[in-house]
Amino acid sequence: MYQISIEDSDEVFDCAADRNVLKAMEKLGRSGIPIGCRGGGCGVCRVQVLGKGQYHTGKMSREQVPADDEKKGICLACKLIPESNLRLKVLGKWQKHFSDNRVSENQKLGT
Amino acid sequence: MSFTGVMRPGHAAIRVLDMAEAVEYYVERVGLIKTDEDKQGRVYLKGWDELDCFSLVLREADSPGIDFMGFKVCKESDLDDFEAKLKEYGQNVERMPAGELIKCGERVRFDSPSGHTFELYAEKEYLGDGLGRLNPNPWPEGLKGMQVHRFDHCLLYGSNAIGTVNLFRDVLGFDLTEQVLNPEGEIAAAFLSCSNKAHDIAILEHPEPGKLHHVSFMLMTWEEVLRAADIMSMHDIAIDIGPTRHGITRGQTIYFFDPSGNRNEVFCGDYTWYPDREPITWQPEELGKAIFYHDRKLNENFLGVVT
Ligand code: FES
Ligand SMILES: [Fe+2]
Repeated sequence: MYQISIEDSDEVFDCAADRNVLKAMEKLGRSGIPIGCRGGGCGVCRVQVLGKGQYHTGKMSREQVPADDEKKGICLACKLIPESNLRLKVLGKWQKHFSDNRVSENQKLGT
Repeated sequence: MSFTGVMRPGHAAIRVLDMAEAVEYYVERVGLIKTDEDKQGRVYLKGWDELDCFSLVLREADSPGIDFMGFKVCKESDLDDFEAKLKEYGQNVERMPAGELIKCGERVRFDSPSGHTFELYAEKEYLGDGLGRLNPNPWPEGLKGMQVHRFDHCLLYGSNAIGTVNLFRDVLGFDLTEQVLNPEGEIAAAFLSCSNKAHDIAILEHPEPGKLHHVSFMLMTWEEVLRAADIMSMHDIAIDIGPTRHGITRGQTIYFFDPSGNRNEVFCGDYTWYPDREPITWQPEELGKAIFYHDRKLNENFLGVVT
C-alpha cells in the first residue's frame, strides 16, 4: 500500500500496488484528480509525478501524453500504478480549458 | 418511407489502445459479433440484428478516437452524384478502392469543416443475422453481454460544427431533427437524420477538431438498458452517466467507456422522424434538461471528456 498525496491540497489517500491511482481515489470516495474516461484516452486525469517517485503506467493516449511529457513524469492517473509513495500535481485538461477556451465554451452553451 | 440518397449509418472506425482488450470488451460485454480481421490487424464487428457484415472497425493505435464514419447510400450511382456535389461544395474527396475495408465496396471519402472524415458506400457483403429471411425466429440464441442490436449513431465534437451540419443538410440531404442554440441564437449542437430515426448523427461545437463523443448502439427496451448497466457493474466497466433519459431525442440511455476511453452509449426509445415534422429547438438555459433530463444539469464530463 502506498500513499498518494496531491500537491496544493490536503488530499492524501492509499493506493494498493496493483491498482491505478484514479481508481484508488474513487473507491475511497476521495477527490482531487478529475475523473473522465478511466481508460487513458481523454486526458482529464493528467497529473505530474513530483520528486522521485517510483511508478509504472499502462498504455496511455499519446495525444494526451506526448513522449516529452512522459519523460517529465506526466501521466494519466487512470493508468498510473505506484511503486512507492507518490506526490502528484494535477494538470488535467480542465485546468487548460478553464483558463482559456473551456470557459468561453461553457458560456457559449449557457451553463 | 421511400429512401433515396443516404440510407443509414453503416460503420464507425475507431482507434483503440489495446486490440485484445478491445475485442474482448466489444464481443463479451457489448455483445457485438466479430466477423472478420484484415492484414493490417483491423477487427470487424457487427450487431446481431445487422445484416451487412460489419458496422464497427477497430484499429490499434497510440491514441483512441474516431478514424471515420461511413454511411450506406441506396445505389451505386449515388456515389458518383455525391462525389460531384461534395467536390463542388469544396470538400476534399478521395475514392477508397473496394476491398480496402474487407468485403466493402468502393467508398467516397471526404473531409468536413469540423475535422471529421466521412465516407459513403453502396455495397457491403451480406452476412445475415443467423435467423434467415424465411419464417425467422425473433432473435438468435447464444448472444453475449448487452446483446446490442446494432450500431445506431455517433455524436461528434469539433470546431466549426455548423459547417459540418450545413454540409450534411445541403449536400447529403439530412434533416435537422433537433438543435441546441447558444445564447447568440446560433446552433451549438445539431441532431440530423437521413432516415426516420430521431438522429443518425449529431455534432456539437467544441474547441478541438475531429473528436469523438460517443458511438451508440441500439437496444429495444428500458429493461435491456437496465440489464446493460448491470453488466457494466458486474465487469467494472466505467459508467459516465445513467441509466437516465435524454431530453433530446427522448432516448433512454447509458453513457459508458470502452477500455481505451472511447465513450459508448446504449439506448432505446427515441421517436420516429418524418420529414414533415418541425425540428425541435432547445434553448441554452434548458441545456441541462436537454442532455440529461432527470439531472437537469450539464456535467463537465459531457462537454470535456472526448477522444
Ligand atoms: S480519465 Fe480519461 S485519461 Fe484518465
Ligand atoms: Fe447518442
